[in-house]
Amino acid sequence: MKIDFFNTESLLSEEEILIRNTIRKFVDERVIPIIGDHFEKGTFPMDLIPDLAKLGVFGANLQGYECAGLNNVAYGLIMQELERGDSGLRSFVSVQSALVMYAIYTYGSQEQKEKWLPSMARGEKFGCFGLTEPDYGSNPAGMQARAVKDGKFYILNGTKRWITNGSIADVAIIWAKLNGQIRGFLVEKGTPGLTVLEMKKKLSLRASITSELILEDCRIPEENLLPKTEGLKSALSCLTQARYGIAWGAVGSAMACYEEALNYAKTRIQFDKPIASFQLIQEKLVFMLTEITKAQLMCLQLGRLKDKGEMDYTQVSMAKLNNVHMALEIAREARDILGANGISLEYSAIRHMNNLESVKTYEGTENMHKLILGQKITGIPAFN
Amino acid sequence: MNIIVCIKQVPDTTTKVRVGKDGKHIDPGGVKFIVNTYDDFAVEEAIRLKERFGGEVTVISMGPERVKEALRMCLAMGADKAIQLWDPAFEDSDPYTTALILSKAIQQLPYDIIFCGKQAIDRDTMSVPVYLAELLGLPQATLVVKLEVDPNARKFIAYRDIEGAKEVIEGLLPAVISTQWKLNEPRYPTLPNIMKAKKKELKELNAAALGLDSAQVGEKGSRVKVLSMELPPPRSKGKILKGDPREVCRELVRLLREEAKVI
Repeated sequence: MKIDFFNTESLLSEEEILIRNTIRKFVDERVIPIIGDHFEKGTFPMDLIPDLAKLGVFGANLQGYECAGLNNVAYGLIMQELERGDSGLRSFVSVQSALVMYAIYTYGSQEQKEKWLPSMARGEKFGCFGLTEPDYGSNPAGMQARAVKDGKFYILNGTKRWITNGSIADVAIIWAKLNGQIRGFLVEKGTPGLTVLEMKKKLSLRASITSELILEDCRIPEENLLPKTEGLKSALSCLTQARYGIAWGAVGSAMACYEEALNYAKTRIQFDKPIASFQLIQEKLVFMLTEITKAQLMCLQLGRLKDKGEMDYTQVSMAKLNNVHMALEIAREARDILGANGISLEYSAIRHMNNLESVKTYEGTENMHKLILGQKITGIPAFN
Repeated sequence: MNIIVCIKQVPDTTTKVRVGKDGKHIDPGGVKFIVNTYDDFAVEEAIRLKERFGGEVTVISMGPERVKEALRMCLAMGADKAIQLWDPAFEDSDPYTTALILSKAIQQLPYDIIFCGKQAIDRDTMSVPVYLAELLGLPQATLVVKLEVDPNARKFIAYRDIEGAKEVIEGLLPAVISTQWKLNEPRYPTLPNIMKAKKKELKELNAAALGLDSAQVGEKGSRVKVLSMELPPPRSKGKILKGDPREVCRELVRLLREEAKVI
């Protein structure tokens, strides 16, 4: 089903449409039939990764190093379609592409880029991004992780929590303070002193791996420092990339929920007629489609600005905040329209709804994005 | 090898089809078009042959402006060149004239093997590949589920599933092969190949370029024409019999015999 009330497709290039359609088909054929079971069991669909890599989704908007070199609108459409499948799958691709590959691409040495980027684009190596700590979420500047120079090595100590893909990562980008300045370090799997624990008991993003990384006198060679990182802003620039993808991805979740709710409402008979014939249901469906339409237009313009190099991180904040908020509202309404069926993993509404609770919080909570925008508008920071 | 694939753009299977005002065509408004499902197997097989033996894959389609989208999809899968055949005079071509138009384009090209999907999922005539082989004077193998090609010996061996048996046939190249769904698993186009597809050659040829005059093509040149088209009647509501099981059974048997006339 096409959800495009304002014919935004007419604003896309032929390639952008083909790319979206290709990922859409992949998600319809390969992801949607299996993802509910993975969510229930709490497993990530690892067997999809070689095929996703073959399609070229990892680092798709980066140039060279075997990356697809797409523009940012095409990249956004990929995120939308992946999250129409599941937020966990989109998170996997976001972390690999926007957090890890982007960080190495932007802040790495030539050797680091050549070592990691092609094998990550091919889906042979995976990365994770260690910024958040147990006691420092919205306030990463306060992080406790420390790096100390020791001859030709750095010694890292600290704990990173809520790290997507941590347990399967071949390399972790660890943000830690070196002489008081936050820098990025590449810590390879198996480095003595690095312990990775998978976090269980999640009721959200269940088809995604979340880990805790503990670094105890973890000794890494000096060439593993990302040489161009300078302070927290380097880490935040990676988050801007990931949040951009989330803004698009949330539209995908919302589309999945709306489509499911609409189909259900048209076929579910109560009081001898489809529930779609009731005004209360129609109001919900109209709300959903209107919000999706607004979000589609916002994403598209955001992507065009990004392609022109004119995107500001506060615009990304607004899109992430708005789109995740609307997607979560839509998922809840869809769950409600589906009645008792809405709580079953046979349908997707509750899976999206639970996932979006994480998406609302990670990569900058809804509140933090409001404060970022508040500062932008008034010139007065309400935090720090 | 010079490999040619003939494809058709058809409405997506999930699209709701409506009959147009003239009662002879489907209404294209709001219809999502895709590459005919069986043609995907033809394109995939062609690309696999190219990957194995080298050469070039040319995809050809007859149809209006929108078929370029389908041709680009094939280029993104890995075909090298595409040709769109269109002329207002081609409108309402039947399978014979369609094959004639395709044959004229193919005669302008070098070719070792020609692939077609076994049928288009919109009109289901299954006749274009057969006409095409006849018009080109080539051997043909239809509904092929497995194919072996020996470009040096200029031979092919085709496996066909026939009623209750398997048939293996051998023939000389060049030949026309029509593809059945078990043949292979069509690939998804990769993102870099989608980007490259735009730079590949997509040529347009009209009636004059093919050496055809308007009396030979379209409705004028056709040997069959569509008189009418209508959607199947909506399924009528089922009947639920209630009451004493014995009575219900008796009534059911009576209805099956007298009303449905199936027993």
